[in-house]
This record gives sequence, structure tokens and C-alpha cells, in this order.
Amino acid sequence: MPIYSDKVMDHFMNPRNVGEIENPDGIGEVGNPICGDMMTFYIKVKDDRIDDVKFKTFGCGAAIAVSSMVTEMAKGKTLDEVMKFTPELVAGELGGLPKAKFHCSNLGAQALHKAIKNYRDKKKEKEAAST
Amino acid sequence: MRKAYLDNISATALLPEIREAMMPYLGELFGNPSSLHDWGDVAREAVNAARSQVAGLIGASAGEIIFTGSGSESNNLAIKGLALAQQNKGKHILTSAIEHFSVLHSAKTLEKWGFELDSIPVDKYGLVDPDQVKKRIRKDTVLVSVMHANSEVGTIEPIAEIARVTREAGVILHTDAVATVGTIPVNVAELGVDALSLAGNQLYGPKGIAALWVRKGVRVIPLIDGGIQEDGRRAGTENVPAIVGMGKAAEMAAGSIPSRTKRIQKLRNCLLAQLPTVIENLLVTGHPRHRLPGNASFCVRFIEGEAMLMLLNSQGVAVTSGSACTSRALKASHVLIAMGISHEVAQGSILFSFGINNTPEDVDRVLEVLPLVVDRLRQMSPLYSKFIKEGKGGV
Repeated sequence: MPIYSDKVMDHFMNPRNVGEIENPDGIGEVGNPICGDMMTFYIKVKDDRIDDVKFKTFGCGAAIAVSSMVTEMAKGKTLDEVMKFTPELVAGELGGLPKAKFHCSNLGAQALHKAIKNYRDKKKEKEAAST
Repeated sequence: MRKAYLDNISATALLPEIREAMMPYLGELFGNPSSLHDWGDVAREAVNAARSQVAGLIGASAGEIIFTGSGSESNNLAIKGLALAQQNKGKHILTSAIEHFSVLHSAKTLEKWGFELDSIPVDKYGLVDPDQVKKRIRKDTVLVSVMHANSEVGTIEPIAEIARVTREAGVILHTDAVATVGTIPVNVAELGVDALSLAGNQLYGPKGIAALWVRKGVRVIPLIDGGIQEDGRRAGTENVPAIVGMGKAAEMAAGSIPSRTKRIQKLRNCLLAQLPTVIENLLVTGHPRHRLPGNASFCVRFIEGEAMLMLLNSQGVAVTSGSACTSRALKASHVLIAMGISHEVAQGSILFSFGINNTPEDVDRVLEVLPLVVDRLRQMSPLYSKFIKEGKGGV
């Protein structure tokens, strides 16, 4: 039996939203090469919603599938909604992940949270500068 | 789709002649070799014949062969059994840093039982320096274990030279020769070792059968107690069909190593020479000359091995990887790390192992498919975009 679900294989073989965004509103980087997986997420925000999101990932099949899935889940959602994403939620949408892969590869939600935090920090700085 | 199986270190195809030799023992010749009737006699004769065939392949005598259930069991028996047999003499053992886990973890178990361990380092090619062994031998050292060749990077170790060091010091030397027996000529007298593990793995024989050769006069404490099978060194009813298969495999290998090597090496050399011309930032791992004939191992920069393996599999190409993500323990290959390769680079590990059933078309298929796979994953890799932007971190 293959170790990955059909859903994981689909997102690994045909990943959605791979790439970078020029002048992104927020960037989130997680992971390190010692653990094996690294993800960089780029977001564009419009009316407090994820208008566009792209990713680049160095890692195994699960890491790539998680990245792809979480971008699909996030598009069009409000930032607060995305901040509620959990690794469990992403894994569930993928039809489950092998136990061993759950912690190391399931960093998509965390990467998005970082990108949103980066966007919010930048926004705060701008507001502070203009007052 | 054309399939290319290039993972012969994980499993080799059972040769039809070997399967045929085994079949009667899965059928009407089902006797127990310990029984004293006709059924038993037939089984006993078959096991004895296989023992001679296996001994013949490595220049040993039949009485020195202990059949076991796997290469891992042979290594467990060697490390634990040889160390325990000499614990009154001392409790210090040495292993190289790149041994198979069945050696390293057996040594760890001995540590829990009061032994002291030391690790022998390797150079960037994975070679053990015999002087490094000499430096670490103490008065209480009772066992040294260095593998004959490392299946992951293919490096062949200078066992005969290491044996001169251990013999001079009066220390027992074990070598894990699972990767070499049947692949390159192996002769226990020429190597000068005291114990040697081998398995059906590289012999195109069945799984679940292996052997430990122990020089006559060297004591080994059994791991499995019970009856007096294998001269009291491994209890349990013999796996007669598998033993017969391993015997046949040994006999077939004995006459064909030079022709097998020639054929396999030609294909391997082709891949080793050509892959770096179609993929940039590719590191060849292992020794350029002292290398198993079927091994072509690389680290592809900026991408990860499991993803490569899966995309290759979708194109019908079967390989393996030493990346952290591929291992169940989620740790990068200890072999690559011991050779001084960084965790990041080790993540891109990919290993092709050729066997006698491979053809030039298999090499062509890899050369056709792998550059596309690598390109696809690099386009997704944040490390690669960083490299392109900054021009740093290549090899």
C-alpha cells in the first residue's frame, strides 16, 4: 500500500500555487534543512482577506502536498479565519498524513501564520510612521 | 511505460534457477534436518550441500558457516556473540561510523550491558584509515567491526590492511560483507578477518536467509538458545528451502562474478559519467575508485530525496535515498553525515544500484527522466531560488 493518500499524491504531483509573488504583502518562512523541510509563503492581502498566495518548498512529498493544500484552503478567506488553521485541519483535508510526517512536514499553516504576522507587523509600522 | 528497477541494494530479483532449486523443498521434501528418518536425511543432505556451496563462495570450510535469518541477524550474532564470548578479556569494542544499523545498534546494546564503544571515523570518501583503527585499539579491546563495503555510497574498505592491524594486536575482526559477497570476489583468508556476515540479498537468492562465517576456533555466544542446530550456535528448525536457495545462489555467483561485475560496472560507469553533464550542482558521493561495481550515489543540491524518489517512481524508475524524509527515523543518513556532508546536502541523496538484470535502456531512462524531475523540484525550492538570486551555495 502506498504511504500517502490519493489526495496527498494529487497535490504532490500537481501542486497548486507554486511560485513567488512580486512585492508581496507578507512573507512567512518556516523549517530548516536539518529537519528536512523548509517553506516560504508569499501573500497578497485585499480587504483583510487572502487575495493571492504562493509558496516554495524544499522537502518531501508530504511537505509539498501540505503547502499546496493550505494555499487552496486559504484563498479568499479572512486573515482571522486563516489564523485559525491548524496542522490537524490541513492533514484532515489531505485525507490524513503518515504519523512520522505529521510534525516535520506539516508546517503549511505555521508558514501562512507567519506571513500574516509579517503583513500585520508591516502594516502597524506603516501606520506608526504616518501618525 | 518502460520500467527501470535500480534499487538492487534493497532487493534483487530471485533467479529462476534458484527458485527451481528451492521448489522441491516447498513441496514433497518437507522434512526436518534433525529427524532420523528418510525425510530428515534428505533435508539434512540439502542443508549440508548448501553449507558447502556458501563456504565455497568465500573460501571457507562448511563447518564455519552459521545460517541465520537475515544480514541483520548475522551482524547481531557477530557483534554480541563475539564480544560476549570474550568479555573476561575486556569490554572495549570498535566499529566504523558508517556501519549498518544492525552493527551500530548491536554495539549500543552492548554498551547498555557494560561494554565501552569507540567509533572509527571515515574520510570524505567514506574510507576507514587503518591507522585510525590502530590508534583506538586498547589493551581491553576485544572486537573490531568494519564493513567490507558500504552499500549506500559504495566505498570498499581496506579490510586486509585493517586485519593486519587487528591481528598484530590480537583482536578479533568482524566484517559485514553483505554488500560485497556475490558482487566482488571475497575470500576470508585473503581478507584475514575472523568473522564475516553475508546474505542472500546480493546473490539473487531468496530473502530471510543469511549466514555468519566464524573462523574455526573463534568462540561465539548464541543469541537463540534451544536445540543444537548450526552446531549449537543458532537454535531453531532450519529454513530448508531458503538455505537451499542461498546455496544455489552462492554456487551460481561463484562462477560468474567477473562477468557480472563487467556488465554492471559498464552501466554504472555510464550513469556516473553522464549524469553530472545533464544535472548541475550534483555531488557524487563515495570513493572514485574503491567502489562497488553497481553503485552510483549522488546528492542533488537544493531538493529533497523522497520527493525525487516519488516523481521517479511515477515515471517507472525505482531508486532509494538516504534523506531524512525517506528514513523512518527521519534522520539524514549517518553515512553521509560521517563523510562530512551537511544535513542540507544530504537531504538531496539519491542512490542507484545496478544488478545483472539492468540494461543500457535503464541508464537512458534515468538520463531522460531525472533532469526533468530535478528541474521541477528546483522550481519549487526556496533554496534554489536563493541560489539563483545570490549565486551562492552550489557545488
